[in-house]
Amino acid sequence: MSETARPVSRPVLTPRTRPLLILALLAGALALWRFLAGLGPVTGMSDGYPWGIWIAWDVVVGTALACGGYAVAILCYVLNRGRYHPLVRSAVVTSALGYSLAGVSIVIDVGRYWNLWKVVVWPGRWNLNSVLLEVALCVMAYVVVLWIELSPAFLERWEAGPPSARQRFAAAVRPRLEKILLWIIVLGLLLPTMHQSSLGSVMLIAVGKLDPLWHTPLLPLLFLVSCVAMGYGVVVLEATLSARWLGRRPEGVLLQGLSRAAAWVTGVYLALRLGDLVGRGQLGHAFTAGRLTFFWLVETLAFAAGLALLASRRQRRRPGRRLLAAGLVLLGGILYRFDTYLVGFSPGPGWHYFPTVPELLITVGIVSLEILLYMVIVTRLPILAGVTGDAPGAPTTAAADPR
Amino acid sequence: MSFDPLPLSTSQETAAGDTPHRMDRRRFLKILMTAAAAVGLSSTTALRWAEAAAAGKLKPSVIWLHFQECTGCTESLLRTSHPDIARLILELVSLDYHETLLAAAGHQAEQALRDAMAARKGEYVLVVEGAIPTKDGGIYCMIGGRTAREMLEETARDAGAIIAIGSCASFGGLPAADPNPTGAVGVGGVVTGRPVVTIPGCPPNPYNFLGTVLQYVTMGRLPELDALGRPRFAYGRTIHEHCPRRPHFDAGHFAEHYGDAAHREGACLYRLGCKGPMTHANCSTQHFGETNAWPIGIGHPCIGCTEQALLWRTSVVETVEIEHPTPPDTYPPAHAEHGGVSPAATGLAGLAAGALLGAGAAYARRLDRELGEEPDEEA
Amino acid sequence: MGMDRRTFLATLGSGAAALLPAAAGAREAAAPAPDAVGMLYDSTRCIGCRACVTACRRANGLPPEPRRLDGAVYDAPDDLSDRTKTVIRLARHDGGTAFCKAQCMHCVDPGCVSVCMIGALHKIAGGIVAYDKDRCIGCRYCQVACPFDVPRFQWDDPTPLIVKCEMCRHLIARGGQPACTAVCPRQAVVYGKRDALLADARERLARHPDRYHPDILGDTEVGGTHVLVLAPAGFTFQDLGYPALDDRPVPQLSETVQHGIYKGFVAPVVLYGVLAGVLWRNRRATGGDRDPGDDDPGGEVNHE
Repeated sequence: MSETARPVSRPVLTPRTRPLLILALLAGALALWRFLAGLGPVTGMSDGYPWGIWIAWDVVVGTALACGGYAVAILCYVLNRGRYHPLVRSAVVTSALGYSLAGVSIVIDVGRYWNLWKVVVWPGRWNLNSVLLEVALCVMAYVVVLWIELSPAFLERWEAGPPSARQRFAAAVRPRLEKILLWIIVLGLLLPTMHQSSLGSVMLIAVGKLDPLWHTPLLPLLFLVSCVAMGYGVVVLEATLSARWLGRRPEGVLLQGLSRAAAWVTGVYLALRLGDLVGRGQLGHAFTAGRLTFFWLVETLAFAAGLALLASRRQRRRPGRRLLAAGLVLLGGILYRFDTYLVGFSPGPGWHYFPTVPELLITVGIVSLEILLYMVIVTRLPILAGVTGDAPGAPTTAAADPR
Repeated sequence: MSFDPLPLSTSQETAAGDTPHRMDRRRFLKILMTAAAAVGLSSTTALRWAEAAAAGKLKPSVIWLHFQECTGCTESLLRTSHPDIARLILELVSLDYHETLLAAAGHQAEQALRDAMAARKGEYVLVVEGAIPTKDGGIYCMIGGRTAREMLEETARDAGAIIAIGSCASFGGLPAADPNPTGAVGVGGVVTGRPVVTIPGCPPNPYNFLGTVLQYVTMGRLPELDALGRPRFAYGRTIHEHCPRRPHFDAGHFAEHYGDAAHREGACLYRLGCKGPMTHANCSTQHFGETNAWPIGIGHPCIGCTEQALLWRTSVVETVEIEHPTPPDTYPPAHAEHGGVSPAATGLAGLAAGALLGAGAAYARRLDRELGEEPDEEA
Repeated sequence: MGMDRRTFLATLGSGAAALLPAAAGAREAAAPAPDAVGMLYDSTRCIGCRACVTACRRANGLPPEPRRLDGAVYDAPDDLSDRTKTVIRLARHDGGTAFCKAQCMHCVDPGCVSVCMIGALHKIAGGIVAYDKDRCIGCRYCQVACPFDVPRFQWDDPTPLIVKCEMCRHLIARGGQPACTAVCPRQAVVYGKRDALLADARERLARHPDRYHPDILGDTEVGGTHVLVLAPAGFTFQDLGYPALDDRPVPQLSETVQHGIYKGFVAPVVLYGVLAGVLWRNRRATGGDRDPGDDDPGGEVNHE
């Protein structure tokens, strides 16, 4: 199979994807309203529930879903499984977009966003006790790292283009960049290890307010392991869907291997999760906590069902089952984060939270924007391998194109 | 003096021992104490006043002008159940010009005014009762061929202090009620550029006036005034803040109709239109007529007679806003309920999530159907 | 493969060792400063007059929370809010009633201070927890952290602030006392040095044991608070509306874990070094100066 990465020559805006643009624009308008009117009129957040889905989904889940680059990098560079290399670039695109839009969500969510620059340029005022400070700085650094990791994609194009200022810039920068790229990649392995685990540590402070089903000293470890599992899940999802978009078969060999890795990590996660509950004597509470039991069960069973499918060699060879398994792991990870930040969090009697419609629409709009931007990037830059479907056995006609 | 409006004693006459209006010392002191307390001064000050009065050292010259008025303010000073009080007030000041009490008339009266102004130029206290018409050159109130406005401007020029007594002189009062055909204004509408003490009320409490004048005379300065020129000791609080029926307000115990059970039990009159919450005055503590009588006390809501925005501008039955809301006689619980959850949002989110999951599962099944099984990665 | 697995496990091992919290034990609780000030609220003395609520509004320039009841307008806050820094609640239990003054407890070891990224919430002289709006980014982590749910946020303002009692530090700085303690007609809430107030509270418990619930809230709960509370007999602090608390300071677990992992920034540096070493070795094993990001070293994918 010839697998050089090339820009995809498919239209971005089609009748299927136009709704995404509308949703994204709608989110933009609603965000403007939020900046003019304040958070109260637009969201369902309150003094009892100061964090809503903009934190729980946009930031916490969003960055975990953006851990595809991290997870593949572990396989590819640390474990030296070079065959996964073709998956790296598109995973990095998803990661770069996911983290950047998580940053946008932060600006929309915090109340006094004009002071955000002070967090970066004022080390003398850093409160090193604050887990959130570490998360913020790490995420900001990681966004920069991701775009640098992605930069060879557009630097190559610019360098190969007609002579211009841009071409000269690319010609000067790219070789130097490739010399230090190793050190950047190592940073790209260190930073997510730090902040994804710390996203778990953030909730350690909520003693008494976060139910013991989720509140544990093991939160950083659980968040880290689950994010790696989610990373593999995201890459399986994204690789399968983009292959179908191009009318090809998904890269079965690679995705079977990723699924195996995902199975291992999910297994470790479940062992830690259940072991932690048993060790803290909370297993009985897990089954007798009413509404919380329901959420914990769905969250845990999603992981377990995903693991059951991923662990089976037969199921890994079926693209649909594999996609389902990845989806279940992702669902488990999403629910785990939602439960830790929202469902399991209770400030006391009298407080209720559910996102309002505008709040939901802004989140949906940001996700839509991410999908659109992904399509824009892969249609303009050499990200995805195998554009025109020369691969044997792949349906290439538009009729077979599921999109 | 060329006239003697009332058999008043001048300082000289007092020294000569000819005091036709004796009153016993205890009552004298009691009245001075009340006046001092009203101004917020100590009883020591009251004693000083008594000594000064006995020695004839008080007695500022007072020139009292009447314009568009009903003379109610004068009556309130005089109309008491104790004629000696009225006498006393008149003995504490040298009332050099007062149209109601003047025995003289015509040119004699005019001359009395000019003499009084000349004799104590720069020192006399000018008291104005009634509004001043300004429309059409101010011809709607003329005395001795001169408009009220002219008289006021001339007399105010050399006055040591200017006091507008009553709502009409303070801000226009009844003559200024819609449509104000005469263009009536208060003293402040004519005399600009210097502070004018206003003692609004219809009529005002006589002690508010007495305390102000006595403070000026003994201390050489006026009491602390608010932005409208009203002495703070009398007008610094609303009736609502000092009303004996306030606990009924806080408990939500209101009279709904005149004569109903709650009304007869002395409930709060807010719902009958009491203007107490917006009316700055001290009727609730000072009362009238030295008999502890005051409107709310006898069951009639306050009509806001000291307030320009209320008197003659609002209906007696209209309720007003509370200027400074304070807590009611109810308490929040240990855990208050906060907000709710939008059913539209839950519905929407539920549907969307369900649709996404369903679509995902269906898509996965279709993929398997379309693509079948892959060769093993290790093959 | 064999070498890779060993390397993998070695990396994992050193990473895990760096990530696990230090076995040295939990972070110690902070102690109150010697000049610590505080307040003592005695629920048995409170008559629910709410002079403190009104005085607090005036002293802090806060508007009332108007509510229409029975056709008249009252200042009737339901709870602490973005314009109400203290409120008197009525608690019912077992047929009895008791008042409770809700406000910032000014913890000795506050959760809000621990989590605030650039120190908008910080401690000042006397142990008072103060707020600096110029450092606040409005992230609301303090609201997540506070076990008493004290900090409130101006949700309806496009330039929102966090609002909470600061013990009238502007009055204390001029040698005065908080507005609520100054105005209370029954001395139900008083201001003074924390040590003295604690001694006073203990004395009250000793002298009238039948009158009080035998505990002082804020003595040791969450590591101690500068605002102490006495409850009437028959009421626990939970009945008054306080959450169930133990004696561990709120930030203890979070800071133990976080500093255990990141102390001296050693672990991240070590991990970076280990990962860099592994990647470097892998790159050399695949031959040449080619960056790992560039080509496929496994040879399973051909290039055109």
